[in-house]
Amino acid sequence: MKTEKVFQDRLSPAVRSIKPSGIRKFFDIAAKMEDVISLGVGEPDFVTPWPIRESCVYGLEQGYTSYTANRGLPELREEIARRYADVYETHYDAATDILVTVGVSEALDLAMRALLAPGDEVLIPEPCYVSYQACTILAGGVPVAVPAKQENEFRITPAELEEHVTPRTKVLLIGYPNNPTGAIMTREDLLAIADFAQKHDLIVISDEIYGDLTYGGEAHICFSSLPRMQERTLLLNGFSKAYAMTGWRIGYALGAPEIIAAMTKIHQYTMLCAPITAQLAAIEALRHGEKYMKKMVAEYDRRRRLIYEGFMKMGLNCFEPKGAFYIFPDITSTGYTSEEFAEKLLEAEHVALVPGSAFGNCGEGHVRCSYATSVDKISEALARIENFVRHHKKA
Amino acid sequence: MRELLELLEHDARRPVSEIAPMLGKSEYEVEQDIKRLEKDKVILSYNTLINWEKFGDNMVTAIIEVNLMPQREVGFDAIAERIYRFDEVRTVYLMSGSFDLMVIIEGKSLKDVANFVSTRLSTIEGVTQTRSHFILKPYKKDGVIINDEERDRRLVVSP
Repeated sequence: MKTEKVFQDRLSPAVRSIKPSGIRKFFDIAAKMEDVISLGVGEPDFVTPWPIRESCVYGLEQGYTSYTANRGLPELREEIARRYADVYETHYDAATDILVTVGVSEALDLAMRALLAPGDEVLIPEPCYVSYQACTILAGGVPVAVPAKQENEFRITPAELEEHVTPRTKVLLIGYPNNPTGAIMTREDLLAIADFAQKHDLIVISDEIYGDLTYGGEAHICFSSLPRMQERTLLLNGFSKAYAMTGWRIGYALGAPEIIAAMTKIHQYTMLCAPITAQLAAIEALRHGEKYMKKMVAEYDRRRRLIYEGFMKMGLNCFEPKGAFYIFPDITSTGYTSEEFAEKLLEAEHVALVPGSAFGNCGEGHVRCSYATSVDKISEALARIENFVRHHKKA
Repeated sequence: MRELLELLEHDARRPVSEIAPMLGKSEYEVEQDIKRLEKDKVILSYNTLINWEKFGDNMVTAIIEVNLMPQREVGFDAIAERIYRFDEVRTVYLMSGSFDLMVIIEGKSLKDVANFVSTRLSTIEGVTQTRSHFILKPYKKDGVIINDEERDRRLVVSP
C-alpha cells in the first residue's frame, strides 16, 4: 500500500521526531543469512527454567485466565516486596508502593508519562538502552544525554551530570548494570549520584533489570537502598534477564505511593493489568527460581571471561564488563565507524552485532556484543571477528 | 575445581584453550588440574552419549532388581563384584528398599538379556531373587533429553 505521502504529515510530531531503531537494518540483513552467528541478541539464550514454565501450565489448567488487580496479583507484589527486603533491606508496601507492569518497558513509559510535563528535562547517561530517549520524547519531555567515558569504565560522575543540569531538569534516568557497556556503579559512585540528586531535588528512575547479573564478586547496589533515596527513587525491574523470561513481558515499578498511584492510573486505562499467566510464573520465579538464576549467572560469568580475553587477544581495546551480558569493544583502530564495522563484519564473516551508535552518540566507535549465547558460538564468532579485524585494520 | 568438573561433565571435548579463560586460569594450570583429577580418579572416564537407536542398533536394556543373601564379613560387596565384572552389566547400585541391587544390563535382544539373567545372574551364590524390567523407550539419559525439540527461537538481533 502506497500511502506514505498522504499520511506522513498527519502523524504525531513527537513520533515523527523519533529515529527508527538503528538495530532494525541489521536484523533484516542477518535474518536472511544461513550461517550467521549473532552476538546481537539482547536476551538470554536460556529458555525459562522448567519449574517456572510448569507453574504457568498448571495455572492454565486451574483456570487462571482472568484479569487481575490493576496493580498485579497481591501475592506477586508481596513476593517482590519480600525479595527487596531480603536482598536490599528496602521496605516497600505491597499495597501502595508496587505496580506490576508488562515488562520494564511499560514501567518506563508509565513513569515518563506520569512524571513529565512538556519541556521537562531528563538526564540520561549514555550509552544506554535504546528506549530511554524515545520514551522521554513520547511523554513530552526532553532527553539530555550525558556521555559516559570508557576511561572511567562507563560510570557517570556528578561533575559530568552537573554540566547538563538546568532548572528544567526533573528526572535522572540511570541503568546499571548497563546495556550496552556492561558497566556497574560502586556504592561510592552511587552515593555521589545520590547527593547530586538530593542537591537538585531530582527524581531518580533506576532501571535495574540487570541487577542480578553482576560478576567478579561485585554485588549490585540497589539505588533505593542508599540512605534517604527510597522516596525519590522509582525503581524498575523485571524477570526478563535474570530468569530468562523476556517473552513473558513481566516487570514492576517500586516507588513512592503517589508516583505508583499516578502510573497505575495510566496503566489501568491502557494495559489494565499484566497477563495473569506471566504473573503466576513470576511468583514461581521469586519463590523457587533463585538456584536456576544463580546457575545462569555463573555461566554468563564464564562466557564473559572468554569473550573479554578473546577481544583483548585480537587487539581491540575493551572495558572488562562487570554486569549484564554485553561487552562493548572499541573498534576505532579499524578505522571504521561502528555502523560500517557492523555492516562489513556481517557481510564478510556473517557475525551480527549491534553498532554502539544505536545506544547514543557517545557509543560511536564501539560495538555491542552479547555473550548470552553458547560458548561454541562465542568461540566461533571470536575467530571470525579476529579474521575480519586482521584483514581490515587500517594502517 | 568444582567449576572445572562441571564444565567437563557437560562437555568433555571442550578444549583447554576455551576452559582456561572461562575459569580465569592459565592453560597450563587447567591441564595440571585435569591430570590430577584423573590421577585421583575423580575423573573416571570420558564417554560419549550415543543414541544407538538412531544409529540403527536395536539394543535391549533391562533393569534387574536383585535380592541377595548378605555374606559374613563382606556383606553385599563380594556378590556385587561378581555381578559387575560381567561386560553385559552396565550399571550396579546398592539400593535401599525392597531389593538390594539394581543391575542395568544391555543385550542384543530380549532373549539375550533373559538368557544372561537366568544362566549368569540368578545362578550366582547369594542371589535369592531377580525381577527384570525391560526399558521400552528412553526419554532422558544422564541429563540429556533424547529428542529435544527446544531450540533457539530468539530474533537474530534485538535491543
